[in-house]
Amino acid sequence: MSTSTGASTAADFDVRRHDSFGLRLQHALHANPVLGPLAVLILAIIAFSIVNTRFFAAANLSLVLLQVTVIATLALGQTMIILTAGIDLSAGAIAVFSSILMAQFCVKAGMPAVLALLLGFACGTAMGALNGMLVTRIKLPPFIVTLGTLTIFFSLNSVVSNSETVRGTDMPSLMTWTGEAIAIGNFQLSYGSIIMLLLFGFFFYALSRTAWGKHVYATGDDVEAARLAGIRTGRVLFSVYTVAGLLYAVGGWILIGRLASASPNVGTEYNLDSITAVVLGGTSLFGGRGGVIGTLIGALIVGVFRNGLQLAGVEVVWQGFAIGTLVLVAVSLDQWIRKVKG
Amino acid sequence: MTTQTVVPVLEAKGLTKRYGRVVAIDGSDLELMPGEILAVIGDNGAGKSSLIKALSGAVIPDSGEIRLDGEPVAFRNPMEARAAGIETVYQTLAVAPGLDIADNLFLGREQRRAGPLGSVFRMLDRKHMRSEAARHMSELGVATLQNIGQAVESLSGGQRQAVAVARAAAFGSKLVILDEPTAALGVKESNRVLQLIRDVRDRGLPVILISHNMPHVFEIADRIHIQRLGRRIAVITPSSHSMSDAVAIMTGAAPAPDSTGYPQDEG
Ligand SMILES: Nc1ncnc2c1ncn2[C@@H]1O[C@H](COP(=O)(O)OP(=O)(O)OP(=O)(O)O)[C@@H](O)[C@H]1O
Ligand SMILES: [Mg+2]
Repeated sequence: MSTSTGASTAADFDVRRHDSFGLRLQHALHANPVLGPLAVLILAIIAFSIVNTRFFAAANLSLVLLQVTVIATLALGQTMIILTAGIDLSAGAIAVFSSILMAQFCVKAGMPAVLALLLGFACGTAMGALNGMLVTRIKLPPFIVTLGTLTIFFSLNSVVSNSETVRGTDMPSLMTWTGEAIAIGNFQLSYGSIIMLLLFGFFFYALSRTAWGKHVYATGDDVEAARLAGIRTGRVLFSVYTVAGLLYAVGGWILIGRLASASPNVGTEYNLDSITAVVLGGTSLFGGRGGVIGTLIGALIVGVFRNGLQLAGVEVVWQGFAIGTLVLVAVSLDQWIRKVKG
Repeated sequence: MTTQTVVPVLEAKGLTKRYGRVVAIDGSDLELMPGEILAVIGDNGAGKSSLIKALSGAVIPDSGEIRLDGEPVAFRNPMEARAAGIETVYQTLAVAPGLDIADNLFLGREQRRAGPLGSVFRMLDRKHMRSEAARHMSELGVATLQNIGQAVESLSGGQRQAVAVARAAAFGSKLVILDEPTAALGVKESNRVLQLIRDVRDRGLPVILISHNMPHVFEIADRIHIQRLGRRIAVITPSSHSMSDAVAIMTGAAPAPDSTGYPQDEG
């Protein structure tokens, strides 16, 4: 009896020492969730550069960055919400609403641009806070809350804008400033992209180097354990939704610069695209795992695929097909990684 | 008679907690005297965890009163109990699996860097927290932990338990509550935890220990609180009763003795 147990332990031990490639990969991805998305991004860049040499040109790469800037900004807020095991379907609606409000305040109400901008930010923040309050106070599931607010904010868009588009040329230059760019050689870096990158840097710091960040992860990991460990989980959740609202409003400002207008007819796809970027970036929909660097990579993956497929001559309809497939692969990968044994 | 004027560190009277139609605690009392180790025993579902959760702010009792050093308290959440110096190791451990050992030890009371880095930029002092965490863990003799920066989910059940125990022992300033802290531990590790409980007591902090392990209870407890069907039915001491007496009272096979476990009651 005892000899057979001994033999089987030795065998187990042997198996562990010669971990399969799959198992080691699983552990590596578990320890560092950014690796997978980063590999996908690099491989995609290499592949698209081979298919069409124009892809890797500085002008094209700056276009890719420009195209993902708004989505990346929204996805930043979305990341923090998903880290708490929540989800925000209203991200795009808040961004578009804020952009319309800013434009209307300038053009219709004749406010100074700075004031209109700040009021737009305040409005996005308040909308995020409303989501946060419904989630923490009334304790409704985030999916339901933001499905409701998405619909409400979207209808408000039409009301506030009178279903009219405000042209960028009618607005003060501060409103469209985010669309202007500085040239680094042939690379055009827009001020909107700079703002977006700075925000990623700031929230990377906040999530990884401050107590607030630890509390966000702990709350997303296991909300009851976090509560028992002495974290005000309600406050953490509320802060996350509120901060996300502010980020969406900043995204709305960048959107005005990108489109050179403020229109109620854009942005329906932003809600889901922001989630796509987060998921592709390796942040788990179950909360507590992932981070903003992954999301930036995830947003770039979307941009690189759309742009690369287009340059490769693939019809636009197939871009969505490719991105959708990537999302499914990313989510399956996440499920597999989460099964990792300690 | 003078001993009777000693004010309990923690005293609960008539605590009740219902979950729908389930009565988890049914008018339970508890007294924790200064410097003692009070074991709480009882069958599964006797309401032990619910009782200590009411004491630690994790659960708000429906009725009853709690006094800390003789002063009435009503904790609305675990933070308030912690702020009052009550540290708890919950049966479910309450650790964040994705965070590392150091982050878990300091969860909710993170230390910031000195100077503007800490006050303005809110930067955590990771180096300090890690070295402190390593020190607390080594006090528990968890030598097999190579890396204090290791995620808690990669630890064994016993190692996780050690993290939770180390956290409570390190930060308790009034009393420490442990709900089955040795359930997942090996013999050697259990003995370490028992020793740590004695160390905490020797530091002057009273301890409430919930355990199903009778030898442990009889080895370490000053008094034994027996919980049955949501109530305290007896308090005995390891010298006044045997293990089989305790089990018989706990299961209802023997009548509860009319004793509070205080030495003066017997003399
Ligand atoms: N959150 C809850 N919701 C519903 N019922 C609960 C809850 N917590 C405890 N109970 C019930 O209260 C009773 C006492 O549970 P409790 O966990 O306090 O027992 P225990 O003495 O700690 O048991 P064990 O030895 O198994 O840990 C049980 O019947 C349990 O089902
Ligand atoms: Mg219990």
